[in-house]
Amino acid sequence: MGAATSFSGVSDMGLLAAAPFSAVVFFAIVVLLLDFLLPPGRKWVLPLVSLVGLLASSVLVTFLWGREVVGFSGAISLDRFSSFFDLLLLLGTALVVLSSFFYARREGIERGEYYSLLLFATSGAMLMASAVDMVVFFLGLEILSVSLYVLSGFFRDRTVSVEAAVKYFVLGAFASGFLLYGIALFYGAAGSTQYGAMQAMLSSGGDAPTLLVYAACALLMVGLCFKLGSVPFHMWVPDVYQGAPTSVTGYMSVVSKAAVFAAFVRIFGTGLAPVQIELSKVLWVLAVATMTLGNLAAISQTNIKRMLAYSSIAHAGYLLVALTAAGRAGYSSVLFYALAYAFMTLGAFGVIALLRREEQEALDLTSYSGLSTRHPLLSGAMALFMISLAGIPPTGGFFAKFYVFSAAVGAGYVDLAVIGVLNSLVSVYFYMRIVYLMYMKEETVGIEAPPSLAARAALLICVLGTLAMGVFPSGFARLVASSVSAIF
Amino acid sequence: MLLEYIPILVWICLTTGVAAAILLFSHLIGRKRPSDEKLSPYECGIVPTGDARTRIPIKFYMVAMVFLIFDIEAAFLYPWAVVYRNMLFVGLIEMGLFMLILLAGFVYIWKKGVFDWED
Repeated sequence: MGAATSFSGVSDMGLLAAAPFSAVVFFAIVVLLLDFLLPPGRKWVLPLVSLVGLLASSVLVTFLWGREVVGFSGAISLDRFSSFFDLLLLLGTALVVLSSFFYARREGIERGEYYSLLLFATSGAMLMASAVDMVVFFLGLEILSVSLYVLSGFFRDRTVSVEAAVKYFVLGAFASGFLLYGIALFYGAAGSTQYGAMQAMLSSGGDAPTLLVYAACALLMVGLCFKLGSVPFHMWVPDVYQGAPTSVTGYMSVVSKAAVFAAFVRIFGTGLAPVQIELSKVLWVLAVATMTLGNLAAISQTNIKRMLAYSSIAHAGYLLVALTAAGRAGYSSVLFYALAYAFMTLGAFGVIALLRREEQEALDLTSYSGLSTRHPLLSGAMALFMISLAGIPPTGGFFAKFYVFSAAVGAGYVDLAVIGVLNSLVSVYFYMRIVYLMYMKEETVGIEAPPSLAARAALLICVLGTLAMGVFPSGFARLVASSVSAIF
Repeated sequence: MLLEYIPILVWICLTTGVAAAILLFSHLIGRKRPSDEKLSPYECGIVPTGDARTRIPIKFYMVAMVFLIFDIEAAFLYPWAVVYRNMLFVGLIEMGLFMLILLAGFVYIWKKGVFDWED
């Protein structure tokens, strides 16, 4: 083999494609080691350095915006699609780090490992968004997942947290098995692990796709749907979301979900695009089941983290609607939705992480009774996030749903759009209940919301982002359309 | 295409069959005269003492984990050494980066006290 030619120089390896997540990895290592040099009172330097790392990486991504580099013999690709997701993932992580400044110190998990694992997880997520090879995609997924297994069990002395970690780990490892089997069959069918090879094989005409292709698709779908928390692989979501530290829960529901959807779009939108019509029948069923179960189960929850866990299942369902619709409009709406969802969900979890009652996290729904009398700004922000999650204008959540459903109608799935809109109506009930509790009920005693500048800055960014996407959606729509056009 | 796998099927049937037959016949034909000594678990021929489910110091687990990581490092070094002549400077930088990351991990576990066996 021509080993001499394939290693001939740095320039043709496409190292640039690896630059954004390499920067994150570098800072993750720095944070990990920096922890030993800092005296106990100076731990606030850790999130600061993490933020610098995230900023450095996003500057790099912005600088490389629009370039198209395929690196490492066609394993990872830097294009507008991956750059969009890189920025989204970095923003999500930065918001989590901002709200962790205070949360991590209060809950006693302010350690180098915490921030370092957040950064490592982000690097894995970024790798998933830019992977164009199954093996690299799997590598990214495992970097993300393993970091999250540890992070969800970071409250080592709380049973719920340890339970969450073990549950997540065992089920996650099982799902990875499915995914790997799918990748093996994918390789068997295409003779290569690259998405492009699969697409070329399927669209070259001649024979119809073999059973092997469909078996690979099914197994890949099982693995991905588990990571998304889509019905019927959603069982772990409420328990893990409830047990994990609140900042990590926000991270899981936004960053890891966005990364899996990015990989989903790349695999099913490019590699398996020729069989998309057949696959959309399965996705249709998954989308309906996921939306409906998520919204119905969320109604009866009394713990706000569990409620948001079911809500996150429901939102995965809306995104599956967009994936069913496929095409440029469908995939653009996935990107738009992921961004809007990042703002509103991280905002909601940011508020939850801030509140405290009787020396514990205020997780019971009743804790939100009459919050507006003492904390008008905080409850105003929370109300905005709830309105956005329910999909009411003028918020980002409304336009996210609008684009998803109009893509579905455009692709001929009117039934799916109708079911989606009906589901949104159901969801209004449990989102508005929080608003109702905050503004219409007697105040609960003993609710504290400590002043933390960093956490409030994160909330402000979320509020502005949610509003901006609701008031000026066309700018964002153009951005996602140009990002998606990079891979189709 | 599947016909090529027939020998493997025959082989699987044969091996499981032989194993099952040995167990079955020794169960049916063999004489059984159990005694306390015979029924006790075999432990290197020494009389067993105590319960196997005791608490083991976490340090053994740590050492096993550290060993695994550095063993994998060596596994990466061998193929690199084979193609080193073709990769030259690029290869040297890549391996240097890899070793640096590992070194960071080494510093981390050292500072965490994994090698500290005194209580």
